[in-house]
Amino acid sequence: MSRATEPESGAPKLELRHISKRFRVGGRVVAALEDVSLALGAGEFVTIVGPSGCGKSTLLNIACGLLQPDAGEIRLDGQPAGERLGKVAYMPQRDLLLPWRSVLDNVTLGPELAGVSREEARREALADLPLFGLEGFEHALPAQLSGGMKQRAALLRTLLLHREVMLLDEPFGALDALTRLQLQEWLLGVWARFRTSILFITHDVEEAVFLSDRVLVMSPRPGRIALELAVPLPRPRARHMCDEPECIGLREKLLEALGLDNPSG
Amino acid sequence: MNDPRWRQGAQALRGRLPALALLAALLALWELYALTGLTPRWVLPSPSDVWRAGVEAAGLMAPHAAQTMLETVVGLALAIVGGLALAVGIDLYDLLRRAMYPLLVASQTIPIMALAPLLIIWFGYGLLPKVVVVWLVCFFPIAINTADGLNGADPDATALLRSMGATRWQIFRKQRLPGALPAFFTGLKIAVTYSVVGAIIGEWVGASQGLGVFMLRASNAFLTARVFAAIAVTSLLSVALFLLVAALERLAIPWYFAAAKREQWEEIK
Repeated sequence: MSRATEPESGAPKLELRHISKRFRVGGRVVAALEDVSLALGAGEFVTIVGPSGCGKSTLLNIACGLLQPDAGEIRLDGQPAGERLGKVAYMPQRDLLLPWRSVLDNVTLGPELAGVSREEARREALADLPLFGLEGFEHALPAQLSGGMKQRAALLRTLLLHREVMLLDEPFGALDALTRLQLQEWLLGVWARFRTSILFITHDVEEAVFLSDRVLVMSPRPGRIALELAVPLPRPRARHMCDEPECIGLREKLLEALGLDNPSG
Repeated sequence: MNDPRWRQGAQALRGRLPALALLAALLALWELYALTGLTPRWVLPSPSDVWRAGVEAAGLMAPHAAQTMLETVVGLALAIVGGLALAVGIDLYDLLRRAMYPLLVASQTIPIMALAPLLIIWFGYGLLPKVVVVWLVCFFPIAINTADGLNGADPDATALLRSMGATRWQIFRKQRLPGALPAFFTGLKIAVTYSVVGAIIGEWVGASQGLGVFMLRASNAFLTARVFAAIAVTSLLSVALFLLVAALERLAIPWYFAAAKREQWEEIK
């Protein structure tokens, strides 16, 4: 991919500076985001946790260019990015696979929109199918897939956009607990291989700690960054690390910042 | 016996059995009543009379039926073109939607029966006025259903495509249009059931050939059984057209049926 401007060395891949956003809801004005700043470094995995309705999704919609902020600035590779549509990869909560397209045609939607030849897009997608547990399902329709498979297909679709920044909005939110644990480990494997920068949204504190390099806690509306926490666990991550006192301490701090500190016993 | 296709076929047949049985029972009752002779045969012929009249007049009816089908198919084809074009226009231009949609709905209150004689005055006795009647009858369900289908596109999926950098045309082409196909076929199925009747209404007002003309002539000659035979042929043609469209639908949007038919766990009795 050629670039008009060279990225500033060491500049964050994605940077949000002092973002504010308000909405008009039935005559009232609601502040969704207030002075939110964050930076996502190259190859970094950053997670935002927050209660429902705190503006997490609004933040991602602003980051990917579907919404424009009322105030603040968004930078990609250190450059101000006014028009961002098509520049970062965005995966919404719902899989949104097009029901009339096969798995293969769904995951190659991005290259197709970009005018990449069908054979080339398919060749690459087919090579990735085994890693995504979709081998043999390339011609299946979304209706024939399980929930976990649909989310993996949606993630492959996001990955095949070939963007350096991926915004994942609660990708495992609708899955059952067991599938969710499996996909967390699988996602780390995929990420280790492709090393994109990921901004991940969840309301699950354990998921946030297990996956991330850094966790940001958002306050209830208006959304603000209430706490930033580095996760010093080594990689590759393993599930048993979640039982270490260090990790438990992190979770407690996060829960406390979320206002859920409820000392038991 | 355990071939799933065989079982599916048997199941489909079993599903239609009550309707077929009721039809057979009604025909049998009708036949019995006619046998009592309470009503003269030329007023109410029996089903077997109708069958005989139909077989006897088959050669006579064939060119009339062909003419009616020609009017129907031409009118229907033009209604599909016009209906799709208007639906797409309404979808792309909001001003067009606000201007056309209410008028379109209101236009459906105009009785076509009353309009047909005017069409003869305007367009003469040829093919055109019948095609216009068919078009008027079929255009509305196709246009409205397709417009609603386009309008019902999932806004979240549209947002996703926008985030990928899709143009407005790409969004239309890859999301809205394919997603509206089930609604289009719903409209088309409604349209075809009306279409043959539309052609016959057009023929009643003034024509030299067609099933409508055949019915009028038979009726004027008190050949009641022939009128019933022509009605039966009209119904059969409508049903045949409907089944054709339903088959096309299966071919065009197999995903829609795949999505609707989830794997079912049936109790084994």
